[in-house]
Amino acid sequence: MPGRRSLFVLMALGFGFAFLYLPILAMIIYSFNASRLVTVWDAANSPTLAWYVELFQNAQIMESARLSFRIASLNATGAVILGTLAAFALERYRRFRGRALFGLLTTAPMVLPEVITGLSLLLLFVALQDVVPWLGGRGATTITIAHITFSMAYVIVVIQARLATVDRSLEEAAMDLGARPWKVFFVITLPLIMPAIASGWVLAFILSWDDLVITSFVSGPSSTTLPQLVFSKVRLGVSPDINALATILVLIVTVCVVVAGTYMVRLERRRARDAQAAFDPAS
Amino acid sequence: MNTVSAQRAASTTTAGGPYVRIDRLTKRFGDFVAVRQVSLEISRGEIFCLLGGSGCGKTTLLRMLAGFETPTEGAIFIDGVDVTQVPPYERPVNMMFQSYALFPHMTVAQNVAFGLQQDGTARAEIESRVREMLMLVKLEGYDKRKPHQLSGGQRQRVALARALVKRPKLLLLDEPLGALDKKLREHTQFELVNLQEKLGVTFVIVTHDQEEAMTLASRIGVMRSGEILQVGSPTDIYEYPNSRFVADFIGSVNLTEGTLVEDEPDHVRIDCPQFGGTVYVDHGVSSPPDATLSVAIRPEKIQLTRERPEQADNVLSGVVTGIAYLGDATRYLVRLPTGFMLRVTAPNMFRREERLAHDETVWLHWHASAAVVVTR
Repeated sequence: MPGRRSLFVLMALGFGFAFLYLPILAMIIYSFNASRLVTVWDAANSPTLAWYVELFQNAQIMESARLSFRIASLNATGAVILGTLAAFALERYRRFRGRALFGLLTTAPMVLPEVITGLSLLLLFVALQDVVPWLGGRGATTITIAHITFSMAYVIVVIQARLATVDRSLEEAAMDLGARPWKVFFVITLPLIMPAIASGWVLAFILSWDDLVITSFVSGPSSTTLPQLVFSKVRLGVSPDINALATILVLIVTVCVVVAGTYMVRLERRRARDAQAAFDPAS
Repeated sequence: MNTVSAQRAASTTTAGGPYVRIDRLTKRFGDFVAVRQVSLEISRGEIFCLLGGSGCGKTTLLRMLAGFETPTEGAIFIDGVDVTQVPPYERPVNMMFQSYALFPHMTVAQNVAFGLQQDGTARAEIESRVREMLMLVKLEGYDKRKPHQLSGGQRQRVALARALVKRPKLLLLDEPLGALDKKLREHTQFELVNLQEKLGVTFVIVTHDQEEAMTLASRIGVMRSGEILQVGSPTDIYEYPNSRFVADFIGSVNLTEGTLVEDEPDHVRIDCPQFGGTVYVDHGVSSPPDATLSVAIRPEKIQLTRERPEQADNVLSGVVTGIAYLGDATRYLVRLPTGFMLRVTAPNMFRREERLAHDETVWLHWHASAAVVVTR
């Protein structure tokens, strides 16, 4: 019985992974395909790095990638700052009026259809155009603001969850020892929620990096993000350089996940070992 | 058990005037009254224990002293200064938290130095005072460790060092020994008292553990539902409780109700139906005649004999129904003819003796001074 059970588990595992990763694997393999036709494998000349070379020589793609990177970084930083403040208010000031409503409102963008978020932001920007001139038409600035609006909701959830695990008495102890509230926040609270802030930043970065729907509402003619460019290229037919581009993106994400993962595991192990050492009289 | 506290009581009586004065302090959370009209005076160099069950308001009172809660009514004076509205970071008060609240991202030395850094103390002085403090709590050589690299007892000592390094006028301790195991607790409570004596800091301790309160405190305030029921030395609280609650809360006690049948200035006689007889007490009681009183007798003040004792008063007989041998003493449960169960503790003075057995009929008697009469 146990043998059959484990076979079933293994098969389920195999199917699961195949379902998740086979399409990506196919895409990676086809990125080395020499043929200009995406679905035809040119066995004679493959594998080749031609599409990668072409990718880096394509000024349009590089320009979009730079723009996307800039927007994603700015967005992640802005979302983390605003998200931390909101999470702090929600978690630490438990008794203020309208707290429940505020909590609901901050997380609403998570469940709101993207089309609606995008449309309402577009309407807002159009209405504000005459009042706030520095918005200067639609472009990188409006995209960044729009991205902060929706990615902040996710950041709040992540940071609030972490903040809930930080013992309030740590902050009280710091205050008791003479630290003023703002100093307590920067010296005690902030270092303790740093892991959540870091993962919130990465999350906000990725949300912005691959957002297409909201971006298309609030972007202008001069600003085309990478997802927008990919989408417009794919509409005219899938070209092999998109495979190469996607492979690079997958590589970046994989490296990020692996590095973050091993770092966390190592940190956890060191903590466990140190805790063990505390009870060992020899050390 | 009371040697340390007796010593404390002797040394604090010499200190002058109230150092901490709590004046009709009330704290409400919505409709709930956590602390109700509490007035209290604590002398310099005293170890004052707030003792009570969970939800009695003792922690709220402590947090008001620290400044984490603002009183709804009333005032707090420390060394003559009204600190009621002073925020925690400006009070000459430090607190040791129940969870110790050590900053996990800082080393032991950084934790201890934190308070001094907030005051802008010079670096050299911070270093020497941190070293001095760590020596005092016997943690030299641990300064580079992080809190999670310490055992429970070591953490407790870091928390103590951190709270004492600023030389506060008043140290508040929230269940200081609660997180330690029994052996370590006994050892630590003597260390705590020694340290307090050496530094002369006034301690206010919150605890639910009556044994901890008895050992540490020079005075105890027993709290229930936001009010202080009785303030006194551990001996006062144990031997002369002023209410049923205090008698019952501190230690073990046999409580029964009765009515006055003989009321003289130098003695009273109380009829206790549950005992099936009268109790003779060798002091007067100030209460209206025919009032229902409670009589409290501690288990260790009752003696058990096989033969009928010679005294005429305070003698009962019963049947042994429960025996718990504890080594130093044995606890008996004796059923009186009325069905009332009486708890009796007898010291085991001889290694070999013919101990009482189950279902044995025994005589119980106690001295005229043993019973305490409480009116509420």
